Amino acid sequence: MNRLRFTRSRQKAPVIVGGLLLFGLLAVSLGTLEHAIQWHNVQTLTGAIRHEPSLEPVVPLTAFVSGDVGHASTVTKLAHRATSWFGHDDLGRSLFYRVWPGLLVSLAIGLAAAFIAAVVGTTWGATAAIFGGRVDRAMMRVVDVLYGLPYILMVILLKIALTEPLAKLFGGRTVGADLAILLVAIGGVSWLTMARVVRGQVLALKQQPYVEAARATGASTYYLLRHHLLPNLVGPVLTYATLVIPQAILQESFLSFLGIGVQAPTPSLGRLAADGIEAVNTFVGFWWLIVFPCLVLVIALVSLNFIGDALRDAFDPKSNQAALLS
Amino acid sequence: MTRMLVRRLLAGLLTIACIYAITFTMVVSIPGNPFQQGQHRLSSDVESALLARYHMDNNWLYFWEFLRGAVRLDFGPTFTYADWTCNQIIAASLPISMSIGLAAMLIALMVGVPIGVTSAVRRHSWLDISATTLILTGISLPTFVTGSALLIAVGVKLQLAPVGGWGTLSHLPLPAITLSLPFMAYIVRLTRAGMIDALSADFVRTAIAKGASRQRVIWRHALPVALLPVLSFLGPATAQAVTGSFVVEKVFGIPGMGQHFVNAALNRDPGLLLGAVLVFSTLLVAFNIVVDLLYAALDPRISEAL
Repeated sequence: MNRLRFTRSRQKAPVIVGGLLLFGLLAVSLGTLEHAIQWHNVQTLTGAIRHEPSLEPVVPLTAFVSGDVGHASTVTKLAHRATSWFGHDDLGRSLFYRVWPGLLVSLAIGLAAAFIAAVVGTTWGATAAIFGGRVDRAMMRVVDVLYGLPYILMVILLKIALTEPLAKLFGGRTVGADLAILLVAIGGVSWLTMARVVRGQVLALKQQPYVEAARATGASTYYLLRHHLLPNLVGPVLTYATLVIPQAILQESFLSFLGIGVQAPTPSLGRLAADGIEAVNTFVGFWWLIVFPCLVLVIALVSLNFIGDALRDAFDPKSNQAALLS
Repeated sequence: MTRMLVRRLLAGLLTIACIYAITFTMVVSIPGNPFQQGQHRLSSDVESALLARYHMDNNWLYFWEFLRGAVRLDFGPTFTYADWTCNQIIAASLPISMSIGLAAMLIALMVGVPIGVTSAVRRHSWLDISATTLILTGISLPTFVTGSALLIAVGVKLQLAPVGGWGTLSHLPLPAITLSLPFMAYIVRLTRAGMIDALSADFVRTAIAKGASRQRVIWRHALPVALLPVLSFLGPATAQAVTGSFVVEKVFGIPGMGQHFVNAALNRDPGLLLGAVLVFSTLLVAFNIVVDLLYAALDPRISEAL
């Protein structure tokens, strides 16, 4: 018994570490967001082209403060100090103030894709399992076939196909339209695993004595769904949704690498990494352009994966059994 | 056994047909056509004449015409590469992607399975934790970053391998390792999970009770069963690996097949795109059947049922 408790407490460590890391990243992102938007947008290019990282800012404070430098607030001065920490890119933009908003954009893409995957996947999987029989077979056959499609190709085709109609919906190719297209394209291919997981879960739940008992007392399908099935689905769905976020972020980075991801000048971690790789490939030397975006990307994705894996372990009763040999 | 095989083949054909139909629908519904790409613009008369020539003015007709060619293994002309047919392009690039893909899967298995087993046997040890963390880091980096890092470290700094291109055996290791990393990460996870399940199964308890050695229990009794999930992952994964990866090919400058999935879509080259997808789905179905057969070989409970 002691041993079991010991293993369980260990399993919490990744969640705590992952959660803290993610919280820290988010705090920095949100904290620097205002300054990034106000002073580091397209209109305020500094002259520090491809300047390497330095602790002291290479851009004078006057570039950010109109009027008297002496009147700049402490916060502005502090924010200004961070400008050159991650170096500057080929247009002289501060990488520090592109990485943090980039993280927010990436996380937003990941979260939205996870949400789409959760909604579509749960609906599809639960419907198949509840109706069962021929409906189940047909619906799962569709999932099987979609699994057989080359994943990346589908994302690209969806992205191309959706660009015009969605842009029309948003009134031109705004940043919002651009992100929406990406989301639907990535979310549109991420719901398959979710559908399988949910179907398996519902099939298992249907066999449970208390569900059978409820049905025997004359409960309606809606009642069963609302009171017995959905509450039990929250765990697995949340778990797999957590695992969809890093996948979606990586897919966006791949699309950015192809040049059809987030459109410039909007930053995303994938966009920044792809731009960095181009700079490094042509002339090895601008290492900071690739190192810093990737560092933030890795920390964010590892902590998300940590949380997702630990959640899955927690919700999967099998993984709590103590192995005989250990 | 034969009945199972025939049933699988028929189901596979149906799957290929569905994949063809879905891809076709997507291809004809995206805006643009192969004749209005790049700088030169054709007059609308010429464009419609060309579309009619290749049956692209009528989607239904094009669907059947392409299918008719495809069953005779003729994917028709490409509209992007001068002097090439789709068949020639696929015939030239598929072997390259196959050698990289097979090498990558081999690396992924040879490294991934032992790590997964060790990780499961010594659960929550420092070895398990560091392996899991390393794997998570590995799958958290985009392939273009890991590939470029390998290229710069091994190719440029250490000068141990050519920085790109294709032709000799020395061109193989770097792209194969890059391609293997995401698959390896998956295999480690699946092996670890499968092994943890298998180690708590009744037949392992029986094996321990009858006095089998620790090593024998792990490798001979538990591992074959633990590998079943890995095996079902290998089917689709191998099909994906041997048809190439766009990123790996771009980073290392390899004339493989993965680039055609992406470029054909961006260039609106329907013949090449559909041809590549058909090759992929055929390989996918074939590998899945092989996996089913291997399944029966690994798990006595399944082979008895056949």
